Amino acid sequence: MSKLDFSRRTLLKSSAAGLTLLSGTGLSRLAHASDLTVGIVYVGPRDDFGWNQAHAVAAAALKEVPGVTVVEEENVPETIAVEKSMESMINLDGANMIFATSFGYYKPFVLDLAAKYPDVEFRHAAPLWTEGDPKNAGSYFGYLDQAHYIDGIAAGLSTTSNKLGFVAAKPIGTVLRNINSFLLGARKVNPDATVQVIFTGEWSMPVREAEAANALVDAGCDVLTCHVDGPKVVIETAESRGIKCCGHNASQAPLAPNGFITGAEYKWETIYKMFAADLAAGEPLPNFTGGGFDVDFVQNTPYGAGATEQAIAVADAAREEVKGGAPIFVGPIKKQDGSVLLAEGESFDNYEPALDQTDYLIEGVSGSIT
Amino acid sequence: MSQEPGLMTVLLAMFAGAIRVSTPFLFVSLGEMLTEKSGRINLGLEGTLVFGAMSGYAISYHTGSPWLGVLVAGICGAGFGALHGFLCKLPKVNDIAIGISLMLFGTGLAFFFGKAYIQPSAPRLPSISFGGWSDHPGIRQALEINPLFLLGIVLAIFLWWALKNTRYGLIIRTTGDSAPAALALGINVNKVRLLSTMAGGFFAGVGGSFLSLYYPGSWTEGLSSGQGLMAVALVIFARWHPIYCFWAALLFGAAGALGPALQSIGISRGYHFFNAAPYILTLIIMIASTSPRRSLKGAPGELSITK
Amino acid sequence: MTDTTETPALAMQTGLLAELQDRFRRSAEYVVIPILALIVSGVLFSIFLLALGKSPADFFALVWRGGFGTSFSWQNTLVRSAPLIFTALCVAIPARLGLVIIGGEGALVLGGFAAAAIAVPMIDWAPVFVLLPVMVVAAIAAGGIWIGAVGALRHYRGVNETIASLLMFYIAVSVLNFFVEGLLRDPSDPNKPSTRPIGSENMIGVIPGTDVHWGLIVGVLLCVLLYLVMNRTTFGFAAQIAGGNLRAAQAQGLPVGKLMVVACAIAGACAGLAGFFEVAAIHGKANASLIAGYGFTGILVSFLARHNPLVIVPVAIFLGGIAASGGLVQRRMDLPDATVLVLQGLLFIVILVSETFYGRLSFFKPKGDR
Repeated sequence: MSKLDFSRRTLLKSSAAGLTLLSGTGLSRLAHASDLTVGIVYVGPRDDFGWNQAHAVAAAALKEVPGVTVVEEENVPETIAVEKSMESMINLDGANMIFATSFGYYKPFVLDLAAKYPDVEFRHAAPLWTEGDPKNAGSYFGYLDQAHYIDGIAAGLSTTSNKLGFVAAKPIGTVLRNINSFLLGARKVNPDATVQVIFTGEWSMPVREAEAANALVDAGCDVLTCHVDGPKVVIETAESRGIKCCGHNASQAPLAPNGFITGAEYKWETIYKMFAADLAAGEPLPNFTGGGFDVDFVQNTPYGAGATEQAIAVADAAREEVKGGAPIFVGPIKKQDGSVLLAEGESFDNYEPALDQTDYLIEGVSGSIT
Repeated sequence: MSQEPGLMTVLLAMFAGAIRVSTPFLFVSLGEMLTEKSGRINLGLEGTLVFGAMSGYAISYHTGSPWLGVLVAGICGAGFGALHGFLCKLPKVNDIAIGISLMLFGTGLAFFFGKAYIQPSAPRLPSISFGGWSDHPGIRQALEINPLFLLGIVLAIFLWWALKNTRYGLIIRTTGDSAPAALALGINVNKVRLLSTMAGGFFAGVGGSFLSLYYPGSWTEGLSSGQGLMAVALVIFARWHPIYCFWAALLFGAAGALGPALQSIGISRGYHFFNAAPYILTLIIMIASTSPRRSLKGAPGELSITK
Repeated sequence: MTDTTETPALAMQTGLLAELQDRFRRSAEYVVIPILALIVSGVLFSIFLLALGKSPADFFALVWRGGFGTSFSWQNTLVRSAPLIFTALCVAIPARLGLVIIGGEGALVLGGFAAAAIAVPMIDWAPVFVLLPVMVVAAIAAGGIWIGAVGALRHYRGVNETIASLLMFYIAVSVLNFFVEGLLRDPSDPNKPSTRPIGSENMIGVIPGTDVHWGLIVGVLLCVLLYLVMNRTTFGFAAQIAGGNLRAAQAQGLPVGKLMVVACAIAGACAGLAGFFEVAAIHGKANASLIAGYGFTGILVSFLARHNPLVIVPVAIFLGGIAASGGLVQRRMDLPDATVLVLQGLLFIVILVSETFYGRLSFFKPKGDR
């Protein structure tokens, strides 16, 4: 139990090899994987070429574990429906482990059920679990902003107009953090670079995403990237307008044979394989699993035709630095409203918990959250 | 940021958006207009649109011919229209409710069979360049026009002319205004309505194929976001007039481009409302342009929704 | 002409008997025809399943088990049907006047938002017995004004109520998002923009011994109440006349405009209440999860119930059951979520078409059509 006495922050700083926090309780019954039924809930279709598919493909690793049965349910909205779907898995399918893969599932639904079913293990795909939450719940997450930072570096070296475009779904913490990191990457190699962001307001709205991409090109942006559920439309629009682009979530390289630079991808595979190995060995799953390049939880898409030699060299070098712990958020950084986020000489660790609470855009990004 | 280029950017984006986004609205609303002129309402065109998008994309992928995809999408749409037309001729069957069920049914079938086509890239419809005269890349881009858009304009004008001046037009209008009167003239009311609904379904299917095969140009389950339903509503807004349907579709496309365009020039506070501009504008225009007496002008007398 | 020799009393008796028989036949119709419709749609869907190589027997067994087969399944079903009862009423009441309202979802969203928003400044000091009634009033007022305005626009400006209510749904969504992502955003939750939680001590509990919140009971009572209002009061009677023939009602001097506005306001209040229960019994706050499509499913419920408030209850439970079992079917048979959409579409089409057989299968044939 002594491990639990660490605050998460100390733990995050102290453990470079995968930020894992083991729970000491509740898992004795999982000592043998032979009677394990795992339920996975997705917020959209499992084959959406985006967020849900990335999970579904990677989670297939769990099916390989002998004695583990996997049941999956897709298109479960973030309402009482998800609570009932998870409960249905527990009551009707005998599930004793649940993976909930959408942000809004955690509060209140996962938390309520974890309290109600102490013998069932819940893991949720977002960095939300904290000390004090039920011990049979937990989080797993890849810090994609590290990959967006590398995208930003490559993009900053590819732009001639110094204007980069970002099509974003909603102004939530992870999205804002990705936008900020993208700018910081670009600024690192190109101090004149700016990022123009357009929020579509919806996770998936292809027509508006296309309009947003076109509007950014019309406004002079010559590199586009995005954070929406399905980046297909943004990438294809960038390609058809003859500009460069960086991907998101999965490899979009084939969609832009001329302008694709690189992309930011989760590597859920690493996490689910780790979980599968733990289950096969009868080990308990950690309560908190998170990381970036250092633990191979995120990656960049192989470079496309849009990446120059110089961009590739600089981006590859920067990735090695981040892997070694070099910080992304290095002062001086101001927020959009002019207030100081980091003064000269200060920096945030890449796993600084304050970054999980990002509710601002930084100076150099144009576009408003509200 | 100076005012002038910003304003120009927004206006250009709205102009380009009107041309890019309006086509599905135009086809669906023209189809629904025809159906409603005959006295029935088909709320199921959302499902038809989605199925058209899926089937058009699938056919284009398998055959390599996007135009064949458009045709098949239309034929599938006509099939849904035939189902609606056939079921609604049975006594006591409510056309609105059947429409909503068909919306679920069509969407469900499209999602079910469309799983395999989310990832593959299918050949897309070409566009015609009308912007060669300009040096401005934005204008050149805006004038990359898809033939279906031009076809939609021709269709709107043709329907306007045909409904007014031809025997078939008269038959459809009579059927829609008063079934007893049509019967007295020896018109087979059910047949007229069946064919009108089939034609409406055909146009809606074509509108769907535009979404998947041209703009935004891919098949995903979130592709439509209610455009079919909205287009049906636009028919009432356009007062059952084919040319007004065209203007309504253009307005909707242009207003839809407003939100992203304003954000692109740095005006982004309150973007939720800019994104809702098409709906807000339509509502304001409706409130401003109607009056208790004028609202029913042009409405087919047999229509359950306006009685 | 032997009738003439009968005594008046005897004639009345046989008349009564015949009427009773007719009534029995008619009510038998209401049982037999829906059952036949279920069987026919079952057969049609079985053909669909067989074509896919799946077992229809498994499918229907799972639908039964997931929706109604266990005590958990029943509760799952009832929880999902509660909001549908309210949103169906939002369609049914104006339908008596011949109005087709399809934007009940907007009133639900705004009702939930208003309830959560008015609670924000009160959470810290107001006791629960003050807070909840205020929230209810806010929800009813917001929903009532929203759809009431649709009725007013229809009568006083001639704006078609169907399109106006649909447009206003989209506007309601932008209002919700504007506030929960802006002014009223709870800063402690950056990843799911929401209003401040009302706190678990202020939440509405569940019916003892179940997992079903009190919204279900309120919904059922509301159905009974509105049935009585629409069928036993002057208001209901006047509404019925106006629904039969608007111009005739106007000529008779009925206050058609007032009737429309009041009916629409009642309708909106019902949907607003649904939003209240989403906030006070499920989410504890307002966020984009309020937009869950209950309003649109409610349209279907109302049409299937032929706008009869009493029939809405069983129809909503039936739909809730299909939704509840959909997950189990997905998980056990490895069918995509869209399968349930196909089943629903098919089922509703067959049920709606079955209406054509009323009065044809017995001696009782009503004259003319509806």
